[in-house]
Amino acid sequence: MATETHGAEGAAHGEGGLVFHPMDQFIVKPLFGDGPVGLFTVTNVTLWMVIAVICIAALMVWGTSRRAIVPGRIQSVAELAYGFVYKMVEDVTGKDAVGYFPYIMTLFMFIVFSNFLGLIPMAFTLTSHFAVTVVLALAVFLTVTILGFVLNGTKFLGLFWPTSAPVFLRPVLAIIELISYFVRPVSHSIRLAGNLMAGHAVIKVFAGFAALAAVSPLSILAITAMYGLEVLVAFIQAYVFTILTCVYLKDALHPSH
Amino acid sequence: MEGQIAHIGAGLAGLGCGLSALGVGNVAGNFLAGALRNPSAAASQTATLFIGIAFAEALGIFSFLVALLLMFAV
Repeated sequence: MATETHGAEGAAHGEGGLVFHPMDQFIVKPLFGDGPVGLFTVTNVTLWMVIAVICIAALMVWGTSRRAIVPGRIQSVAELAYGFVYKMVEDVTGKDAVGYFPYIMTLFMFIVFSNFLGLIPMAFTLTSHFAVTVVLALAVFLTVTILGFVLNGTKFLGLFWPTSAPVFLRPVLAIIELISYFVRPVSHSIRLAGNLMAGHAVIKVFAGFAALAAVSPLSILAITAMYGLEVLVAFIQAYVFTILTCVYLKDALHPSH
Repeated sequence: MEGQIAHIGAGLAGLGCGLSALGVGNVAGNFLAGALRNPSAAASQTATLFIGIAFAEALGIFSFLVALLLMFAV
């Protein structure tokens, strides 16, 4: 939906020079030729996903392949990332949940890498598209729901029936809990995509002001400041997505508390 | 004409994003107030801080979603 709209707007505003639409950077384009974007078209999204996966593999597989006792620079970054996510899973979800650590680590690495690769000028930000983040969030949602029913059976429904509340309040709370449960994938995905998209669009808006000589020094300062903020946001949003996955997973493993 | 009204609605929905910023600021400010009173307990609560921020932000995200829908889907 969003892709086509941005594409149409980009075409309407024209290309070239300093005249551009802030949303132009999110257009999904085919890499080869100008054909329509179908289900299996190789687009710039595909390219940057491949780059992200190669970077992750380089960091985690090639970077740690030497297994040095005193880690080098790349290996210590890989160890830091591993330890960071491992501790998060252990602290938030519990010690019995470390079996789900590979999934959460994969999510975290993919999001953090697509966020940071998107900060490279002219790069495509994968996580700025709802199509990407909705798939990630729906995968988490379905995993958690199915896991909850498989592990706990019908006891999983106790999540919607808070026994600590007074009896006459419970039906009301059950409705609220049910709504908040099904709204999870929405907020989970749109938080990530919205933050990334808004931040990158703001940078481009300031870049548009740079064409006016009177305000260009100010706008360059603003771009630098926004870029610094975006570096922070890129990490924090990946962290938030991962920690919320851990929280949802905890609900599936221990629905009673 | 209808499209223009939808744009006004999108702008009004944007107010929700700003209001959720109040909530996020409230969470972070109270965390800081507590953390400065007892700095030794602060480090163990950063995860709770981010979860709280995420929940406060979620409602702002819904208004952002409404704005997007009004802009592009209506």
